[in-house]
Amino acid sequence: MIRLAGISRTYEVGGEPVHALVDVSEEIQAGEHLAIMGPSGSGKSTLLHVLGCLDRPDRGTYQLDGRDVSRLDEAELSLVRRHTIGFVFQFFHLVPRLSAQENVELPMIFAGTKPAERRERALARLRAVGLEPRAKHRPDQLSGGERQRVALARATVLEPKLILADEPTGNLDTASGRHVLELLEQMNAAGLTLIVVTHDPAVARRAKRVLVLKDGSVVYRGPGSRIQEAVEILAAAENGP
Amino acid sequence: MSLVDLVAFALRALRGHRLRTALSLLGVAIGVAAVVTLTALGEGARRYVRGQFAAVGSNMVIVLPGKSETTGAMPGFGGVPHDLTLDDALAVARGVREVDKLAPMVVGTETVAFGERRRQVALFGSSHEALEVRRLAMAQGRFLPAIPWDRGAPVVVLGSQLARELFPAADPVGQVVRVGDWRMRVIGVLEPRGQQLGIDMDDVVIVPVATAMKMLNRSGLFRLVMQVRSYADLGRTREGVLRILTERHGEEDVTVITQDAVVTAFDSILGALTMALGGIAAVSLAVAGVGIMNVMLVSVSERTREVGLLKALGAGRGQILAAFLAEAVLISSAGGVLGLGLGWAAVLGLVAVYPALPASPPAWAVAAAFALAVAVGAVFGVLPARRATRLDPVTALAGR
Repeated sequence: MIRLAGISRTYEVGGEPVHALVDVSEEIQAGEHLAIMGPSGSGKSTLLHVLGCLDRPDRGTYQLDGRDVSRLDEAELSLVRRHTIGFVFQFFHLVPRLSAQENVELPMIFAGTKPAERRERALARLRAVGLEPRAKHRPDQLSGGERQRVALARATVLEPKLILADEPTGNLDTASGRHVLELLEQMNAAGLTLIVVTHDPAVARRAKRVLVLKDGSVVYRGPGSRIQEAVEILAAAENGP
Repeated sequence: MSLVDLVAFALRALRGHRLRTALSLLGVAIGVAAVVTLTALGEGARRYVRGQFAAVGSNMVIVLPGKSETTGAMPGFGGVPHDLTLDDALAVARGVREVDKLAPMVVGTETVAFGERRRQVALFGSSHEALEVRRLAMAQGRFLPAIPWDRGAPVVVLGSQLARELFPAADPVGQVVRVGDWRMRVIGVLEPRGQQLGIDMDDVVIVPVATAMKMLNRSGLFRLVMQVRSYADLGRTREGVLRILTERHGEEDVTVITQDAVVTAFDSILGALTMALGGIAAVSLAVAGVGIMNVMLVSVSERTREVGLLKALGAGRGQILAAFLAEAVLISSAGGVLGLGLGWAAVLGLVAVYPALPASPPAWAVAAAFALAVAVGAVFGVLPARRATRLDPVTALAGR
């Protein structure tokens, strides 16, 4: 599904180069559930943006679903984002003036889907996350967990192959967080590739595989069941020199 | 992304900040209303002047002694080789078939007195044809008698105001007044007429042309004023008059003014004035455009996160550009519609206050004002919309 080879990304911050990603190579299988952990500044967000085609690597190649997307232009990238990738954010990023249903319809508007079909598919997605009765509510009339479920419905409405979730439970209480994770895992079980960026071991433990990043490099790979090892590596990374 | 979706999306966004939208919309509305109202004023002035000429007589041809190359300039400077005589007038009246009525005219000033009351007024010497040619009407008595032009008569017709002033109580008809050194009988009083081509027709005396020439000691006429049978004959009349007078004088030394030319000259002057007024008003539309740009820039920076989200959801640059441009154009076209309404109301108000002024905005100005308003939205919306498309989705999403 995903093949990263020698990916590097460097920013300039205040005249100083920041090496966000240094020579990252990784393969991610279709249908995999992967968690990415790392202290702040480790490059995990940059990796997620590169994976989501929101950011371009300076070096290396990125193959997504058999295509080298590191060479595509902006217009082609927007099509890849539209049809192949679904995003879930820590702060939900719902458009506040639109109802739950209209938020879910948004990607289909850009895809040029007809209104009747749009409505039907949006309601079907909302039903799948248990929010059909709240379709007409605006985000400020929904709880945090409900908002994230709307975002989930939106991320999957164009039937992408890959879900990228950036701290999807970071802003939720335990119960709603668990609900959101269960929905994500359902989608993963149905064949979607799921990549979750998190600093919460309880979230990472549920993944099949865990990566730990430090200073732009992958410093640990292991199964989610051995999360304790990852947590120790992480603690060492945070306290280390 | 269909047009309907685009407009719906932009409308939702605009509804999110109503006051800001309303204020920038108002700016456009004021601009459009200004264009509509000011051009209506200019057009009203043009129609008013046209109406004034129509009151004088629409099929009029005027012959002046002396050659002038351009209509509108004052002829007579640079020497008058030949007088325009009564014989010339007769020859034209008989020789040019298209002429319906011709009135020779002499103009001067003279003192009119009745008893102790004296007034200095304009003296017209003319013939009985002048009644129709100059569109005059009688309040009392008769106009000049139909006598041969070269025969004088000691009779006088008074303007309405002059009659009132000389005879506050008595009936003027039949009374004898002194005009200069001449004693003349009042045979009629004109209806109030007001200004006619710059002369107050209420404050004049009119006497037979031969009498006037003697009183003023003139050998030539001031002008010939004639009425043509139909508007279509103006050109042929002009040619006929020039041919006869050139033959009689041995050279072309008269100026023929058709009403047409005068009206056209005024028309083009007032037309230009209307354009200028419209242009000045259009500047306010440009200012309104800057207002839209400002509002849209604020909107883009407020919605940085949203733009990032739209990009993450797969919106192309073109779609984001279109979404923000649609907002700007919606503001400006709604402002345009409101402005047309405001302008229309202002024109109605103007007409209610000054019924004499036939103010009405010309169609081109209405169309241009609206088109310009829409264009202003599109042009001034481009910069903010482009700024939105250039936002980096990563930084755009970073804010919470």
